[in-house]
Amino acid sequence: MTDWRSEKTARDARIAAGRAHAQGKVVRAEAVVDLLEAVLKPGDRVCLEGDNQKQADCLARGLAACDPAKIHDLHMVQSGIVLPEHLDVFETGIAKQLDYSYSGPQGSRIAKMLYGGQIELGAVHTYLELFARYFVDLTPNVALIAGVSADREGNLYTGPNTEDTPTVVEATAFKNGVVIAQVNEIVDKVPRVDIPGDRIDFVIEADKPFYVEPLFTRDPAAMTETQILIAMMAIKGIYAEYGVRRLNHGIGFGTAAIELLLPTYAEKLGLKGKIATHWALNPHPTLIPAIESGWVKQVHCFGSEVGMDRYIRERSDVFFTGADGSLRSNRAFCQTAGLYACDMFIGATLQIDLAGHSSTVTQNRVAGFGGAPNMGSDPHGRRHPSETWMKAGHEAEVVGDPALMRGRKLVVQLVETFGDKLVPTFVEKLDALELAKKTGLELAPVMIYGDDVTHIVTEEGIANLLLCRNADEREQAIRGVAGYTEVGRGRDRAMVQRLRERGVIRRPEDLGIEPLDADRSLLAAKSIKDLVHWSGGLYEPPARFRNW
Amino acid sequence: METLHFRHSTKKPAAGSKPMAVIGVVASGNLEILLERVLPPDACEVAIETPIGGFGDVWEAVVADFVARAQPGGLRISINDGGARPDTVSLRLAQGARLMEA
Repeated sequence: MTDWRSEKTARDARIAAGRAHAQGKVVRAEAVVDLLEAVLKPGDRVCLEGDNQKQADCLARGLAACDPAKIHDLHMVQSGIVLPEHLDVFETGIAKQLDYSYSGPQGSRIAKMLYGGQIELGAVHTYLELFARYFVDLTPNVALIAGVSADREGNLYTGPNTEDTPTVVEATAFKNGVVIAQVNEIVDKVPRVDIPGDRIDFVIEADKPFYVEPLFTRDPAAMTETQILIAMMAIKGIYAEYGVRRLNHGIGFGTAAIELLLPTYAEKLGLKGKIATHWALNPHPTLIPAIESGWVKQVHCFGSEVGMDRYIRERSDVFFTGADGSLRSNRAFCQTAGLYACDMFIGATLQIDLAGHSSTVTQNRVAGFGGAPNMGSDPHGRRHPSETWMKAGHEAEVVGDPALMRGRKLVVQLVETFGDKLVPTFVEKLDALELAKKTGLELAPVMIYGDDVTHIVTEEGIANLLLCRNADEREQAIRGVAGYTEVGRGRDRAMVQRLRERGVIRRPEDLGIEPLDADRSLLAAKSIKDLVHWSGGLYEPPARFRNW
Repeated sequence: METLHFRHSTKKPAAGSKPMAVIGVVASGNLEILLERVLPPDACEVAIETPIGGFGDVWEAVVADFVARAQPGGLRISINDGGARPDTVSLRLAQGARLMEA
């Protein structure tokens, strides 16, 4: 007879084995290794919560300390490879296979280990893709997650950095998996219930609060005139032109400069209320002046940002907050919002080739994707019109019945032609191709494919790729804004001039912008301290940004 | 350290009458430019001291574009580079030419 409940039986056995090291659901920090060795089985699929920001670090240390003779060949399925322990487990044999999304700080080590064959890589995903696979073919047997506090029943308060937790728990708890949560403290009553206790099997009071990386803080003091010039061009040539109200920003200095120009430069252009009102965005400190000046109606967040908690609490008209007052973020929902409900993604990248493909991979680094490929793609499943979306669609498609025309999402790459140490941003061939060959990846890690990119903005001008009618025009439009890079100097000057006459390429002077006006005095805040002042003292920057 | 020299003839003298101007700072990724009105009105010279070698053709292109755009006749321009990117060089040169207009 078929046993239709074998997973449930196996789960009950795991829980029973774990209970030997717990009091009810509560486990002491010293017993983490014992608990994990009791609950885990060789070959398990495990999500060790490593998010973009929040890290289940106590559980990561515990897993790395397990005996590889008992726990081995795990298949790790987690969005972020961020802590050293996330890779240590592959060196000791505790883990063998990996499916992930983002590996910023561990990018070079991951590349080395892939090359050395220490990791069997499934794929590098976008966030939404990996989350989707949690419900189809990468469902975790065990999830090791992080929260701020829990009660003894396991009711979990994730705090402002909710991020991936609800998605991971949903996939694990409802498919016979075991969920183990580390929390900063066990309390009698949690401030709000982000995850109901019946989805949490074990709770560990961690030896120290979980680690959160301040990823989205950009110091206005470091912004250059070139970044300000690029920001001015983007505002006038794209935001104003297309009336972009619903959008997502990347995390670079260019988009941070745009945020700081909204209450100054964009205000002078009379754009308040007409652009940048609704956002899918982490709580960027550089957005504070625009919020305080009444530009921003609403912001939904993937995660939080260190130091922004008090400010967010006091601005609940703008942010999503819980009954307790603190931010509720959710990466899966915010990614979906960015994909389907935003009319523009605008962000930076490290390399762009002649077809407009872009990548953040450089030689010997596999940084992964995170969310940019979802935000920075045109979702063919979209069916609601907006002025912005329709205008972009009209530019791209000039034939056929208008009622059968698709709109287009604006996908804008905002780059300086040269990066640090005079490394050119524009290249004939992406480093990602070489890396894919070296590490045996079937797909080169392309961040945004060329056919999704609609505009490239550099200090030399804006290339509107929607208006390009063939591959030649596209290549010359890209060369035409590539400045003094080899790609830029290799342009066909006559063709670039014709593209400029058609408005495919627009220079600062074509937009009525004088490059010499790109001055730091335009920034609404010139330092982190200015941001603190704008916030009325509510923004509390982390120590490393307090340079006064 | 690499030293580069470029000499161009211009159609027009640089606007204004200011004899000298300095702009920028010698810092990493930045540069300092000294502009002096000491040459015949149809000549422009640019001398560059840069810590990063191998970018001669980029400098040549940046300087040629600047001369074509600004027509800085009569100016001797000395650049003390701190590893600035070409866009920063262009911007500082344009700022320098504007200062000389005073």
